[in-house]
Amino acid sequence: MADNMRGKTAIVGVGHAGFGEAPGFTAYDIMAQSAQAALADAGLKLADVDGLFCTMMEDSMPVLMAAEYLGITPRHIGATMTGGSSFVNYLISAGLALDAGLCDVALICYGSNQRTASGKLVTASKLPPYEGLYSPRYPISGYALAAARHMYEYGTTRENLADVAVAARGWASHNPEAFMRAPLTRDEVLNSRMVGDPLTKLDCCLVTDGGGAVVMVRADRAKDFPNTPVYVLGAAAESSHRQISQMKDFTVTAARESGKRAFAMAGVTPADIDVVELYDAFTINTILFLEDLGFCAKGEGGAFVSDGRIAPGGELAVNTNGGGLSCVHPGMYGIFTVIEAARQIRGDALGIQMEGVELAVAHGNGGVLSSQVTAILGGTDTI
Amino acid sequence: MKDISGPDSTFRKGLSKGQINLQQCDGCSRSIFFPRVLCPHCGGMSLTWHRASGAGEVHTTTTVRRRPESGGDYNVCMIELAEGVRMMSRVDGIAPADVRIGMKITAFAGEIDGTPAVLCKPAEG
Repeated sequence: MADNMRGKTAIVGVGHAGFGEAPGFTAYDIMAQSAQAALADAGLKLADVDGLFCTMMEDSMPVLMAAEYLGITPRHIGATMTGGSSFVNYLISAGLALDAGLCDVALICYGSNQRTASGKLVTASKLPPYEGLYSPRYPISGYALAAARHMYEYGTTRENLADVAVAARGWASHNPEAFMRAPLTRDEVLNSRMVGDPLTKLDCCLVTDGGGAVVMVRADRAKDFPNTPVYVLGAAAESSHRQISQMKDFTVTAARESGKRAFAMAGVTPADIDVVELYDAFTINTILFLEDLGFCAKGEGGAFVSDGRIAPGGELAVNTNGGGLSCVHPGMYGIFTVIEAARQIRGDALGIQMEGVELAVAHGNGGVLSSQVTAILGGTDTI
Repeated sequence: MKDISGPDSTFRKGLSKGQINLQQCDGCSRSIFFPRVLCPHCGGMSLTWHRASGAGEVHTTTTVRRRPESGGDYNVCMIELAEGVRMMSRVDGIAPADVRIGMKITAFAGEIDGTPAVLCKPAEG
């Protein structure tokens, strides 16, 4: 039974590197710096790692490149590529591998130099065969199509979308590691350059360098490390399509299913959650995921995020590091939802630290709303 | 119409002859897109090609913004055809900003830069 995964593994180290711009460094350099930071945080060394979970935007066998670069010979690897959700998905695969004894120390890691290497939002894949001809600008066009349909069906407004970006900036402005920290207003979002209607440049995530890493062990030894352990209470995935044209309902993502199962495994409900870390590649994502994960009803996401309700001091703490919109977005953001959720539970957030955080959601998105993975993390009192 | 080659090439050959052909499952009777060797609804592998009516509507739409000197803005949309399938397309003949969700369209076999493609125009009447 999947329920058996509850609390069986824990995060004992997190680290990041190269936020913003890391000129001169390769994607693997940044991955390795992140890995070392997470291992140092856990009081471990590279030689202790026997399970590696990694994918990169480069190469066809990135996990092998990563192991080679790190100088390790892992006895278990996981490298399923589902886009930005991959790293939340690794909480599941690493958890299973640890529990089965296939490895004892799991390292999940990622890095990208996409800002200084190209300055463009790079996707790892070629355009889908029945879409490329129409020159959609990926990934933006896919999310714009979803946003347009959400506005049509539920009356969601561009102002609602803009308020997501404003809230993210509000959190980022307190995070010294965030790439964009200057104050941002709704009007500035609305009046910035339209990229793909209804999304403006400021409705889109950043293009930065950066990397992140997480170290996981079995729960029975989680207290043997320097930091307060962060337990994986629930984690579940659902994938619904690859090409945006195959998405059944443009206003409902597979997060509805991944969330339902993750919450059930953890034995908690959205009302119990203290902080929510969502993959906000575009402003519409935050609205869709808050609805689909059950923080508000379908169609009410626009109102739910408006007027500062998810900003610092608001009703629900969402993307407390500033998210992909204002903190960091090096091609794939998923691992940073895990790192920020873990830090909030540990009490050492880089920006605003919420008080008494015991339960956090880390939610990853991959492709064009294609792959959804939800994890519920908890502090010592939740075990 | 007998399937004498792979699904992808059959579809593309039809397009180049001015036809939009869709596979329909002999088992569950549903039409499918994109072309493939099995029905994603029931797994059935007996599929028959039918000519699409071309009737449909815009399910969702976006304007891709582009500098005038590079060709200007253009439409990218999802259309839903009367047969119940959805695909990416482009509505021609009107400004991208005038393409609306729910708008009735007629899909036709056209070309983009010399490659056969399903394109649309606003339905008449």
